[in-house]
Amino acid sequence: MVPVFFSYFSLVSILAGVLTVALPNPVHCGLALLTLLLHVAGLFLLLNAEFLFVIQIIVYAGAIVVLYLFVLMLLNLKTDERVLHHRYAVILVAAAAICGGLLLMALRSPFQGAKGHAPVEAVLQDGGSYAIGITIFNEYLLQFEIVGVFLLGAIIGAIVLAKTPTAVDVEPE
Amino acid sequence: MTLPLGDLVAIIPELIVATVACLVLVLDPITPPSRTHWLAWLSVASLVACFGITVSRMDATVTAFSDLMILDPYAGYWKLLLYVVTALTILLSLAYLRVERIHLGEYYGLILLSLAGMMIMVSAADLLVIYLGTELMSLSLYVLAGFKRFEVRSLEASAKYFVLGSFSSGILLYGISLLFGVAGSTRLSAIAAAVGTHGLDDPALLFAMILLVVGFGFKIAVVPFHMWTPDVYEGSPTSVTAFMAVASKAASFAAFLRVFLEGLGGLREKWYALFLVICVATLILGNVVAIVQTNIKRMLAYSSIAHAGYALIGVVVAGQAAADNETRALGLSSVMLYLAMYAFMTFGAFAVVALLRKGGLEGEEIEDFTGLAKRQPLAALLMLVFMVSLAGIPPTAGFIGKLYVFMAAVNAGLTWLAVVAVLLTAVSAYYYLRVVMVMYMREPDPSAGLVSRLTTSPALTLVLASAFAGVILLGLFPDPLVSITTSAVLPFK
Amino acid sequence: MVPLSYYVILSAVVFITGVVGVLIRRNIIIILLSIELMLNATNINFVAFSHYFQNIAGQVFVFFALTVAASEVAVGLAIIIALYRSKSTINVDEFQLLKW
Repeated sequence: MVPVFFSYFSLVSILAGVLTVALPNPVHCGLALLTLLLHVAGLFLLLNAEFLFVIQIIVYAGAIVVLYLFVLMLLNLKTDERVLHHRYAVILVAAAAICGGLLLMALRSPFQGAKGHAPVEAVLQDGGSYAIGITIFNEYLLQFEIVGVFLLGAIIGAIVLAKTPTAVDVEPE
Repeated sequence: MTLPLGDLVAIIPELIVATVACLVLVLDPITPPSRTHWLAWLSVASLVACFGITVSRMDATVTAFSDLMILDPYAGYWKLLLYVVTALTILLSLAYLRVERIHLGEYYGLILLSLAGMMIMVSAADLLVIYLGTELMSLSLYVLAGFKRFEVRSLEASAKYFVLGSFSSGILLYGISLLFGVAGSTRLSAIAAAVGTHGLDDPALLFAMILLVVGFGFKIAVVPFHMWTPDVYEGSPTSVTAFMAVASKAASFAAFLRVFLEGLGGLREKWYALFLVICVATLILGNVVAIVQTNIKRMLAYSSIAHAGYALIGVVVAGQAAADNETRALGLSSVMLYLAMYAFMTFGAFAVVALLRKGGLEGEEIEDFTGLAKRQPLAALLMLVFMVSLAGIPPTAGFIGKLYVFMAAVNAGLTWLAVVAVLLTAVSAYYYLRVVMVMYMREPDPSAGLVSRLTTSPALTLVLASAFAGVILLGLFPDPLVSITTSAVLPFK
Repeated sequence: MVPLSYYVILSAVVFITGVVGVLIRRNIIIILLSIELMLNATNINFVAFSHYFQNIAGQVFVFFALTVAASEVAVGLAIIIALYRSKSTINVDEFQLLKW
């Protein structure tokens, strides 16, 4: 069954990705991205990453894409007559060439990274979320802390930019 | 889980910077608007404390957080440079933001968060930590670039910086994911080991390397990934431009060098040629396009691209496969020296541009500098010194920086590269000295009627005096700094 | 069992689609959507490697990358709305002062 699901999820992901880039109406692009995200979440399930499956749906599909769609509808953009950049043909040819190179790379390289200590059985015993939690708070505590500071910066930044622009006059010292 | 007390002690400077950033953000709403400058002085005080701590730990090499952070002399050197540049930025902003009427406390919080990201970048020993540090730095800079929210130009700069910044981060992250696939870890040491066992022919490794070059190329603004630089530098508030041009470039260079020399050092013979091409292209394009600019911030942007090219000469030397370790170490130390010199002179030039804005002039077109020597002799003299230094004329810091880079190139047998760079330096003298000529040789336009007095604040005086002293003292007595950079290079294996 | 290289091929295709989208579209929000495609390609890579190497770290990296992506979106959309408020366009080649 896994190969069948893999083919389904991956083909729909690729199709939805292409549609995200190619559709003229921005809201349709957002919906295509949503499709892609849900199918990538399906791939995560095939790879025994149920924690990320849930996160992908809640955070990506539920929050990020909704935010995008919200802004798109808020701005109420009309579909442009000319959606593409004027040099798009050149870029497409170059991209096709790079894509070919990438596929060759994927087929020819061995990808023999060092094996870790989390075989499927061990992870499934306690659940992936447990394993991820233990790893985050032991080995990757530093990244966790950095991400915390990062979120603070994002909140402050968004507030600063969203405030109504007013000039601040200060009398000299 | 136990609280890693030893690890926390190791990153005290980072913690101080992040904590003071939070403190500034919390204190801002309860500080009266006329007292916002207290927050700036608080930030500067915290930087002074960090400077002291980092100096006291310069000689030791400590790893923390299961080897994700490495606090070695190399990281210490860059951190000291970043503290100085950040403190200068804050002092410059004190006067500049008031003139631009955007004096908000959040500004200092974001500057400090950006600094925290840079500090993480320079001492990270793991690609993912470097990525997160880069993102923290960039995110704050995107917001700072758009800080003049009522001016469309600033917002456009912010939008452009954001789109190209996240595009390049995406490329960088994809490269990191491929390296994870090759090595099974994102630690630089594990990647170096994987490069050793897999050899040079693994296509994924080469592709990941190219993606990292593209990702870092955007951050340090080298050709062909430079196109955002002039627009973003022009549109951003001048104090932020100075911070971006100096601090963000230095931190990106530091992380980039560590990744390529420690992590991908085994692939030297592959990336050496790539960097050689990028280096020559950057030198030529930066110097030639700068000639036709009429806006001083755009001209300085192209000049900063060209200076990244000069610094890349040292990187090329450090990446030579055939050279011995001593030659390569000389190349690396010349990059570190060059960027310190570059920091002072570029920051000084931007500070003068910001100062003229204060003087009531628009001050961003080169034409606005006409006859400045008559109107504001002191500002003109400072600009003269910084331009002369950027052009690499003795006895200034710019000359010493270029001298060491060129010496490293000749020493490594790259005489032709040094010759090309010297020729392009002669080209650069044209556009730098044109500013000097406009200031000194032309009479001020009487119809303009701008007889503005130079109103200085103590903070601004301090900034200009430090940049001036840096340019002159490092030009006359470079030896202490040279010995620091020589002892702080990465160990070559 | 699906071979690892299939996942890498899938992620490469999605990644290139995203890169192409960034380069050819004019609407800045769709450019950001294309960047999300690139980040998702990265996530597929990380999770696939994590599964095949039996190394949970890959999933942890996705967790961090996802957080970063979410906060970048917040800031990016704030910039775009501020820009739209003053210019009434978000097409990149209609930026007057800063040509694309």
